[in-house]
Amino acid sequence: MNHPLPPETADHALATGERLPKSERSDFSPESIAEIQAIAAKYPDKLAATLPALHIAQRDFGFVSLDAMKAVARALSIPEGHVFGVASFYTMYQKKPVGKFHLQICTNISCALNGGAEFLEKVCAKTGCTPGSGPSADGMWSVEEAECLASCGSAPCMQVNADVYDEFIDDTKLNGILEACKRGEYRAFAY
Amino acid sequence: MANFRTKADPQRYTFEGFGSDKYPNLMLRGAGDLNNWPMKTYVDQHEGYVALKQALKMEPVAVTEEVKTSGIRGRGGAGFPAGLKWSFMPKDTVDRKFTRYVVCNADEGEPGTFKDRAILEYNPHQLIEGMIIAGFAMQCQTGFIYVRGEFLWLIEKLEFAIQEAKDAGYLGKDILGTGWDYELIVHRGAGAYICGEETALLNSLEGRRGEPRVKPPFPAAKGAFGQPTTINNVETLAAVPPIIRMGGAEYAKIGLPKNSGTRVFCLSGHIKRPGLYELPLGLPLDFIMNDLAGGSSTGKKIKCVIPGGASAPVFSEKEFGTLMDFDSVRNAGSMAGSGGVIFLDEDTCMVQACLRLIRFYAHESCGQCTPCREGCNWMEMILNRIEHGQGKMEDLDLLASITPNIAGKTLCALGDAACGPMDSMLQKFRPEFEHHITHKTCMVNGHRLLANVGAH
Repeated sequence: MNHPLPPETADHALATGERLPKSERSDFSPESIAEIQAIAAKYPDKLAATLPALHIAQRDFGFVSLDAMKAVARALSIPEGHVFGVASFYTMYQKKPVGKFHLQICTNISCALNGGAEFLEKVCAKTGCTPGSGPSADGMWSVEEAECLASCGSAPCMQVNADVYDEFIDDTKLNGILEACKRGEYRAFAY
Repeated sequence: MANFRTKADPQRYTFEGFGSDKYPNLMLRGAGDLNNWPMKTYVDQHEGYVALKQALKMEPVAVTEEVKTSGIRGRGGAGFPAGLKWSFMPKDTVDRKFTRYVVCNADEGEPGTFKDRAILEYNPHQLIEGMIIAGFAMQCQTGFIYVRGEFLWLIEKLEFAIQEAKDAGYLGKDILGTGWDYELIVHRGAGAYICGEETALLNSLEGRRGEPRVKPPFPAAKGAFGQPTTINNVETLAAVPPIIRMGGAEYAKIGLPKNSGTRVFCLSGHIKRPGLYELPLGLPLDFIMNDLAGGSSTGKKIKCVIPGGASAPVFSEKEFGTLMDFDSVRNAGSMAGSGGVIFLDEDTCMVQACLRLIRFYAHESCGQCTPCREGCNWMEMILNRIEHGQGKMEDLDLLASITPNIAGKTLCALGDAACGPMDSMLQKFRPEFEHHITHKTCMVNGHRLLANVGAH
């Protein structure tokens, strides 16, 4: 039978002299800072707002760049190193730009049993992306292999950005979703 | 208004006879109907907030006692009695007043489990009611609901539902005239399986990296923000309103002694009718598989079942008669875990299945403890080379020798979780591994579980 190739690690460490990509913005808007501080006030300790603040940073900056991390540290008056440690731990903070539509496909066991692996390949072929290696040439798509998205009973499953969640996907359904993205029916990437 | 899901959910939530006395419907009322979640429906149709009013008239200790009597065991994975856990919380004394927290673990990430999502989608008020009762029983000041980051649309819905509860006077200051203040805060995770472990969840809640803490001190002594904390799964907390409503003794009659109540089983994989099945504990696995879920979906025989989420050791055919409750599953050598039951038919290559699972653990290991960080990666590499036809016979003994060095030697249970499937699959399906080494290909010819494109 068809054996898969050894997995290539797309998420390689930075080479000597290589820098993380820069974002266009370098600081929050005053409204976002107020939003972050309002969240921080809800918790007994302002450090707890690190995760929500990074979500806001991702929304405003497009991805969590080093500048975004520094902005979070400034907004909460916490160490930059702490923010970097947190941002690099969690996979949902994109440290590199992603496409306008970020497609996450579950390939864990339940989805795999129902064709999740072939489905991932199909999506990659259709969008011209490699999982985890940045947006396609036109900037429209990026593909990520995700772990269990809690849709095991209706596998395979795909999540588009944070809004659309689709299950039992076949070719027609996949084409429908991609077409809907192209027509602009879904919101662009902003968690 | 927030972006609520309007597209029907293709999941199956019911089966023939569900809702009768034999199969009571306590957790999945109205599941499948997207208009079921607002407070009005919950109050009008599902006896909503009846239990809360009842509980607030009782002494806090009596509420905990009621939950203890019900015998409900944690539905998140470990199966620890919830009432007992609640009673570990320190009480106020004359010279010391505590700030206590209750945390709901909605970081549902166990492969094969999708029950919490359904509760959050269709019955968020049942969880909120459970959180308020739990908060009252332990006299907590704040409740946190930690929801995994992927469920953004559910977080928006939950926040809306919390606002509804606030407007009705069930949250905030002086709730229903008891003089007790309580708030609920929804905290969004950011994609880390390890944050389902309770102390890692607490670190994540505090805005740190999701690395498990050293225990003791246990969360009941020193939890969120250094204060006494109780952490329960969504399903456990959502089961509290029915328990208070019907009384602990009545709830204890469902299921088996010491394994009382119903639990939501998540059936997936090669099964004709996958979906959520709320069943009393203690039904035989083959009854669930063949009579309720219709048997295999592919026409091939089911050769292997993962009974409690991906972390549970697998069952082969001779264990299919096991009763699905905490103790029976444990006695059969596995664990009831999170209730995710995954069915694999005889065309599934167990080496691929094993590699797929171990790759998950290698990816999700937080990296804090060496045995888990290195061990999971080594298991993945060895399985990879077996899968690609470069394995050696010694590899099997090597794999078997790695697991005892991981299990029980790490801070949290993620290492043990990786050893469960590894050990059991190697033991029960060893011929398939050997065939892979000698013939450099799978013993069975069927589904491909691994993609040909780069992994993360």
